[in-house]
Amino acid sequence: MTAALEVAVTRHIGTFTLDVSFRVDSGTSVLFGPSGTGKSLTLALIAGLIRPDTGTISISGRVVTDCARRIDVTPQDRRIGMVFQDGLLLPHRSVIDNVALAVRQVKGRRARRTVARSWLERVGAAGLADRRPATLSGGQRQRVALARGLAGDPSLVLLDEPLSALDLEVRREMRAAIREVITSSGVPAVLVTHDAEEAEELGDVIIAYDDGRVTGTRPVARTESPERRDDDSHRTESA
Amino acid sequence: MKRKHSFWPTPSGRQKVAALVGVAVLGLGLGFGVAHLAAGYIAYWGVVSGPFLLTLRVASAAMLIAGVTGVAGGYLLAKGRFPGRGLLETVGSLPIILPPTVMGYYLLEVLSPGTRVGGLLTRVVGHTLIYNSAGCVIAAGVAAFPFCMRAARAAIEGVDPALELAARTMGMPEWRVALVVTLPLARRGIGAGLTIGSARALGEYGATLIVGGDIDGRTRTLSLAILDSFTTPERDTMILILVLMGAMAMTGVGLLARSPR
Repeated sequence: MTAALEVAVTRHIGTFTLDVSFRVDSGTSVLFGPSGTGKSLTLALIAGLIRPDTGTISISGRVVTDCARRIDVTPQDRRIGMVFQDGLLLPHRSVIDNVALAVRQVKGRRARRTVARSWLERVGAAGLADRRPATLSGGQRQRVALARGLAGDPSLVLLDEPLSALDLEVRREMRAAIREVITSSGVPAVLVTHDAEEAEELGDVIIAYDDGRVTGTRPVARTESPERRDDDSHRTESA
Repeated sequence: MKRKHSFWPTPSGRQKVAALVGVAVLGLGLGFGVAHLAAGYIAYWGVVSGPFLLTLRVASAAMLIAGVTGVAGGYLLAKGRFPGRGLLETVGSLPIILPPTVMGYYLLEVLSPGTRVGGLLTRVVGHTLIYNSAGCVIAAGVAAFPFCMRAARAAIEGVDPALELAARTMGMPEWRVALVVTLPLARRGIGAGLTIGSARALGEYGATLIVGGDIDGRTRTLSLAILDSFTTPERDTMILILVLMGAMAMTGVGLLARSPR
């Protein structure tokens, strides 16, 4: 089976070196580790926002980055969706516009809006369509950002600390929403977090990061209820 | 705001009525006075209307050109690394630095049919570009261009690049990122540049005098008409011109202050 994502890259920034290699299949993979270990940088490389120094990246079997062969597909043409920590909704456009602007599989304003509206419904934000981003709460903003990330029919969705800017209460509520929407969409996801609880609840696979390297990969056992919240059992072990 | 104790005692109802009547009488008196003066100056409209309308036409055409090229230039300076970048930045800013008369002299060199470049230009366009309203438009446009370009550049550089990255991940090609994200978010700064540029175009004097020639009825703009009104018996027309310019300036400042976020 073709991997949803294959990454083998290096990138130097100042004294920091990122040197990672992993492979992701369907479901949600979590890049987990402390801050400053290169998780978000990895997402930026996958999205094509930053170029690696060496290595290759392929999404659904399609090579989007290959430094040796000078392949570097633009972010626009990678068919990815991205959800940023603070949403990064366009502040001068309505919620529905923000989502509709990301729809690329259909042509025409009306058709794009129809797709956008159905995604807003799926994330539970249908009532916010005509609002401006500045009037949304943190949780609402991230719901809209999630809809926007998935609305373009991407082959991969990247979530960069999507819940870190939220209050604890909202975060718990949003975890369930994210898990449900991504699972039902069937789009493979890569999620970055430094929160162990979040990694356990959202991930099917956890890829542990430390100091610019992958220190281990392990599947998450889904036998127990995801409601469980005793923190000790959530430590990530290196494989 | 919290209520504060006023230095003035709270007025009674009767005092309020008296104050209102006083203000009304003052206002009426002022209104009649202004109307009386205005009636006198409306007689000069016949003399001033030509230069006034010419100025509006020249400034609009100049701003159409300077606005589009200035914003495009500012966008390139803010975003691009390209050959000639330093040249665009320097030459594009010259009209701010150089005295307008010097700018006018350079323009005359470039536009006059007698020179090599000017001769070629004249043949391409089909008519001369000096001593007619085209010359005035070029002079005003060149004067306004740097304000448009520099303001646009600063405003575009002020747009959060993360939003542009987000737009790229949404699949927007670069030209759509510019039209949908960058320019709308920079609109306030661009608007300020266009307003100042318009003011500069409306008030352009030195280069317009040299390239346009101050021909009555053809190239005499309001700014030129002011000096002219000193030297003719109709000196009072100047006052009407000043009133018109004041009104235009205040409209511009008002629009600038009201422009949305």
